[in-house]
Amino acid sequence: MGTARLDLKVPTRSFDVEVALDVAAAETVALVGPSGAGKTTVLRAIAGLAKPTSRFVAANGEVWFDSDRSIDRRPEERAVGYVFQEYALFPHLSVERNVGFAGGDPGDLLDRLGIGDLAKAKPTELSGGERQRVALARALARKPHVLLLDEPMAALDPHTRGRVRAELRALLHELGLPSILVTHDFVDAAALADRIAVLVEGRIVQTGTAEELIASPATPFVAELAGGNLLTGNARVRVDGLTEVVLDSGVTIVSTDEANGPVGVVIHPWEIAISRAETADSVQNRLRASIESIVPVGNRRRVRIGPLTAEITAASAERLELKEHELVVAEFKATATRLTRLS
Amino acid sequence: MTAVAAGVAFAFLLLPLVAIFLRVPIGELFHAFGTPVFQDALWVSLKTSLIAHVAVLLFGTPTAYLLARKRFFGRSALITLVELPLVLPPAVAGIALLAAFGRFGLLGDEQDALGISIGFTQTAVILAVAFVESPFYVRGAIAAFEGVDENLISAARTLGAGPWRVFGRIALPLAAGGLGAASALALARGLGEFGATLIFAGSLQGVTQTLPLAIYAQLDEDFNVALAISALFILVGAAILIGLKVFTWARLGSISRFRLVASTSK
Repeated sequence: MGTARLDLKVPTRSFDVEVALDVAAAETVALVGPSGAGKTTVLRAIAGLAKPTSRFVAANGEVWFDSDRSIDRRPEERAVGYVFQEYALFPHLSVERNVGFAGGDPGDLLDRLGIGDLAKAKPTELSGGERQRVALARALARKPHVLLLDEPMAALDPHTRGRVRAELRALLHELGLPSILVTHDFVDAAALADRIAVLVEGRIVQTGTAEELIASPATPFVAELAGGNLLTGNARVRVDGLTEVVLDSGVTIVSTDEANGPVGVVIHPWEIAISRAETADSVQNRLRASIESIVPVGNRRRVRIGPLTAEITAASAERLELKEHELVVAEFKATATRLTRLS
Repeated sequence: MTAVAAGVAFAFLLLPLVAIFLRVPIGELFHAFGTPVFQDALWVSLKTSLIAHVAVLLFGTPTAYLLARKRFFGRSALITLVELPLVLPPAVAGIALLAAFGRFGLLGDEQDALGISIGFTQTAVILAVAFVESPFYVRGAIAAFEGVDENLISAARTLGAGPWRVFGRIALPLAAGGLGAASALALARGLGEFGATLIFAGSLQGVTQTLPLAIYAQLDEDFNVALAISALFILVGAAILIGLKVFTWARLGSISRFRLVASTSK
């Protein structure tokens, strides 16, 4: 399967969605952003359900839309595999007939996705995970050149999410199709996609791997989305080459990033250590505040200390005997303190 | 106070209906059903209503689908136009039909040229019935089509279905319940059509005299026949309403059962 290429300008009620993206064969790109950012509009325009004013959509060498050459194929003439939000399964048709709607024998696809025994069931009788697989099977029955997934995880229960996410990840790798996934959840995007494009008000503000976005977010929004702590303050480069940031709270911290003027300060929860007393080590930054909450997340504890969220192991939390409302010191190194300019 | 008001209202609405059945002995009822006037009127009513209704379904369904799905300039104006006959007095509808299709109407010369005449024929009855009942159907059908999830239509298109297949396989089956209800109400309204038919088609026994017109004609001749036809209308009307209610309950019941299944199987 070949690359899917798009360069689109789609007018919506509040702004124009302008997105240019090349998705390689076997690559999955996640479009991540807040609701109303235009993520679904991009998918709809690729499928021919929304009308762009310019410029082109092509998949596997086939041009589906080209404003210069007045090409605009109808949705039924574009080989897209579209998994709709909430799956949009036909409620009056059995699983088998849903999957067979695009033509062809649904049997193989049902077996391949492990839902062969549900062939006669109606969509209303299925669990969230089963519905997702039916929607995927139906989309694949179209023999698509590009796979479009709109919030495929949103309709799932939290406790099935992890398993379904792993299955979907394996399937996307196995299919070898260019895939575009829309989600508002960075964790889903990081788990499922090779590349993440962050969409805000119709524009891609940053594209990169999950690691890249976490390590060097281009905007405060990307930083917050990627899960880091975000503080704001005023930066000034010191004579020793480090940047000193006076936070809005009045506390001064240092960073190895260079910046002057108003900045967002990003510190990842796992870069923050907690101690009972101020220690004399290489750590440059210390914030003294009381513990607001301690939330268990698997074998870790997310501890809210003043404006920061720290993530430490459950064992450490126990050893320190952390309790809410206690005064502790949050420590993080200057090298772990990322700065993004606020303009 | 409210109970008294409700009691008065119910008594007022029910008393005339009950009176019909009290006035006419059962034996007389069956005797009336054997009279030529009744049998002619029944035949005219069934034939014209059926043809008019089929025409309304054939033209009204695609019209409603178009008005429900497409957003275009003048859509609201068109919907208002479709609904207009709802608020018109039937007599006005009759006059309007005469003005368009009557001997000296808008299309009178064309009819002369073709050697046909619509006025005061069964064709006129069919036109009058169709004109009066179509807004009932189209209104209900628009609502039924608007109730179909837009994403299902979009999904069908991305799966390669052209407009006709989307209509036939997705929109029509999913709107079927609402279309059925609208169809039943329109049919009942068509069977009861009186004013427009009288003005545009007249009341000729065996030709244009439908059941409601026969009631009027028999007022002076044989009051028992008028009562018998009225009784029949009440029974048919009640049957249609009860049928719709049962149908709706069955649908809602099955939907809530589905919900239960869906939520427990998660």
